[in-house]
Amino acid sequence: MDKRRIWSLAAVGTVAGAFSGLFGVGGGTVIVPMLIAFFAYGERLATGTSLAAIIVIALLAAGMQGGIYGNVDVETGMILVGPAIVGVVFGTALQQRIPEKAVSLLFAILLVGVAIYMVIP
Amino acid sequence: MDLAIAALLCMVGGIVAGLIGVGGGIIFVPAMTILLSKGQVEAESTSLLMIALVSVVGTWRQRSYGNVNLRDAAMIGLLSPVGVLVGVVIANAVPERALKLGFAALALYMAWRLLKRVFKEEPPAPAPADGPPMVDVPGS
Repeated sequence: MDKRRIWSLAAVGTVAGAFSGLFGVGGGTVIVPMLIAFFAYGERLATGTSLAAIIVIALLAAGMQGGIYGNVDVETGMILVGPAIVGVVFGTALQQRIPEKAVSLLFAILLVGVAIYMVIP
Repeated sequence: MDLAIAALLCMVGGIVAGLIGVGGGIIFVPAMTILLSKGQVEAESTSLLMIALVSVVGTWRQRSYGNVNLRDAAMIGLLSPVGVLVGVVIANAVPERALKLGFAALALYMAWRLLKRVFKEEPPAPAPADGPPMVDVPGS
């Protein structure tokens, strides 16, 4: 792996990590578009690789928020994660059956919705 | 009742995670703040724990479809601790309103990048799983 690529991936990791700590979204919001825009990834490969990177990033951030600041509600998290896991199995299966650009379109729509929600006081 | 609706929303969050590769926090966080009356920081922190578990299952499924570049993922994940540390410290020091506005700005920028791609004429070249999509020069 050449140095430029390593530095680029390091930049993606750092930015994703910062946003993960800031917004609690695991970094995928940053990783997926960056992999598509700067690394010529297709949508499916970008989303799969993003999920794998998020495991490490989210564990680190959750560990810090829980261990240092005591902000993690483990009981609520464990109750809500069951249906979320059922959802992710269904979502990955569904993704294989739709066009790749539809993934980008869905991503963009969701991002605009989130932005509107965040701006409304 | 609110917990049941929150659970349902988290299932939707899981589907979104599988569909677009974002872990699901974008939905987990509002589900907890709106329905379960959690504070923003507590909801975000709890969401991170859920995201980690959802991502393990999501990665396992995507791997079976050949959609994971583990080397790049490991590089991004392992080089992120500095960023995570910076983010967590800022999250505990900056007002919630500023955090939300920052998130909104990021979301809009990324949406614009993706929409440009969707409405571009020529399709992008597919990148192979577990191989570098960019050209690697041996020995460089």
